[in-house]
Amino acid sequence: MEFGKLFELLIAASLINNFVFTRFLGLCIFFGVSKKMETAVGMSITFTSVMVVSAALSWVVFTQVMVPLDITFLKIIIFIGIVAAFVQSADTIMKKVSPTLYYKLGVYLALITTNCIILAVPLINAGEGYNFLESISFGLGSGLGFALALVIMASIREKLELADVPVPFRGLPIAFITAGLISLAFTGFSGLIRL
Amino acid sequence: MIFAITIVLLLCWSPTIYAGVGGGVEAKESVDLVAVLKFAAIFMAGISALFGLGLAFAAKKFDVKTDPRVEQVLDVLAHAHCGACGYPGCRQYAEAVVADPNVPPNLCAPGREPTAKAIAIITGKEVAETEPKIARVMCQGGSSKATRRFKYEGILDCRAAVLASGGDKSCVYGCLGYGTCVKACPFDAIKMGDDGIPVVDPSKCTACGNCAKACPKNVIEILPLAKEVLVRCHSKDKGAVTKKNCLIGCIGCGMCVKVCPYNAAEMADNLSRINLDKCKVCGLCVRKCPTNAIMDYIPQRPKAHVTEKCIGCTTCTKVCPVNAASGERKKRHVIDQERCIGCGICTSKCPVLAIEGTINYPEVKMAFEAKKAARQKAKAAASTEGQPVGT
Repeated sequence: MEFGKLFELLIAASLINNFVFTRFLGLCIFFGVSKKMETAVGMSITFTSVMVVSAALSWVVFTQVMVPLDITFLKIIIFIGIVAAFVQSADTIMKKVSPTLYYKLGVYLALITTNCIILAVPLINAGEGYNFLESISFGLGSGLGFALALVIMASIREKLELADVPVPFRGLPIAFITAGLISLAFTGFSGLIRL
Repeated sequence: MIFAITIVLLLCWSPTIYAGVGGGVEAKESVDLVAVLKFAAIFMAGISALFGLGLAFAAKKFDVKTDPRVEQVLDVLAHAHCGACGYPGCRQYAEAVVADPNVPPNLCAPGREPTAKAIAIITGKEVAETEPKIARVMCQGGSSKATRRFKYEGILDCRAAVLASGGDKSCVYGCLGYGTCVKACPFDAIKMGDDGIPVVDPSKCTACGNCAKACPKNVIEILPLAKEVLVRCHSKDKGAVTKKNCLIGCIGCGMCVKVCPYNAAEMADNLSRINLDKCKVCGLCVRKCPTNAIMDYIPQRPKAHVTEKCIGCTTCTKVCPVNAASGERKKRHVIDQERCIGCGICTSKCPVLAIEGTINYPEVKMAFEAKKAARQKAKAAASTEGQPVGT
């Protein structure tokens, strides 16, 4: 069933194969913006929307142009180009159409351009040969998974700020340990879907 | 050159080169390299041109006209994003100050005066003189002076400690000393003192007010920098209770009210508070306060001395609160340097400005000269009044 497959992909991308905790991608942004809940939420929203659109755009270019022309080896360069062009134009358009949204989320847009998850999603879509809806669903799932990871991490780190952490572990080290523990917990999702 | 040769060589040898495509698309035994390169070049050129044109179009179509002054204002702001101006960030303030004529140019507290002046020049607004302010910690009950009701072992943050029945200090008004203000300060101006009371560094403090907002006990206040005598206690408890809880709290005895020559000390709810509009920073109350709750932020007060301008009117001997001034009528008076506390009352009362050296001397001198100038002007006006105006 079509819908079942889409939902499966969504769950698989967000929980079972969570990009941060299972595939260990996008760690720079993950540690960079998870200090405060406010920035984490802003980043999550921006990230998820860019992910969905870039997955759709990349799918169109890949299946409609690159596969027929037999030049799929160019996909890394092309996907980077697509994401960068989309993010840049989104940045320009958002500035005009909704300045308030731009000031809230515009900062994160520039960070996203060269993010590894954003590149990984079209590459996996291409590699797995997903169709259009599946690609979007996978993109959405990955975005939601990243958002979940960021929000969990931000809420823990806000509490960690107040905790009496031993001096050598303060700051990033304790954040890495926390991320490791959450990642361990996420292995619990691995039996969620049986194929 | 080498690149071109390589391409030519590749093209010549292309039928013999084998290449896989990979990436999930079925791999092929061999590909026609000329065709692939041709398509790749066309495709790359095409898609780049498409993106380029698209972005150029977007940039043209969705161009936002920004006032160049916003960028200029943004350049001179302090970029601390402290929120002292009341806007969420520096950019928002820059836009508001350029667009709205009612927004004053001096709201950037960390930038202090130079920023205010620069913004005033850019926006063409009048800059109002702002009195420099500073964060003052209105509690002195450190761990050696104030008692604690119980041992608090929770999260080391005042906002968390206050949830445990109002904090562990016996005095419910006192500073808890877990350093929430230290963390809140964006300028690193607050350090925790040895006794568990935060110390504000006057050279770094910009009076942005983040610490005052963060303090759950409202111990920190933003007050004028020049007013350096303050009752550093917030306790509204009855005197006996305050005394039991803290060695250095205000017990509401009213001594400062009696002793203040300017009636600046006011008593309310068992707590003395100095009215900063009236206070002349003489420091008399600091001496008389029985619990040392009033603090003088001036480390060493310069003492008064009499110059030869003295006409021997004995005014200073009458006004001196510590009887340091003495001397006979018509003779030059002397001030006992041992007794003088540098309050400056005699400086302000002397009719001929003969007493120098106190902290208020420059201020008094300015007022004196202004008065003299006004008198001369009045005199000149009176003398010309009798004569006909014009010829």
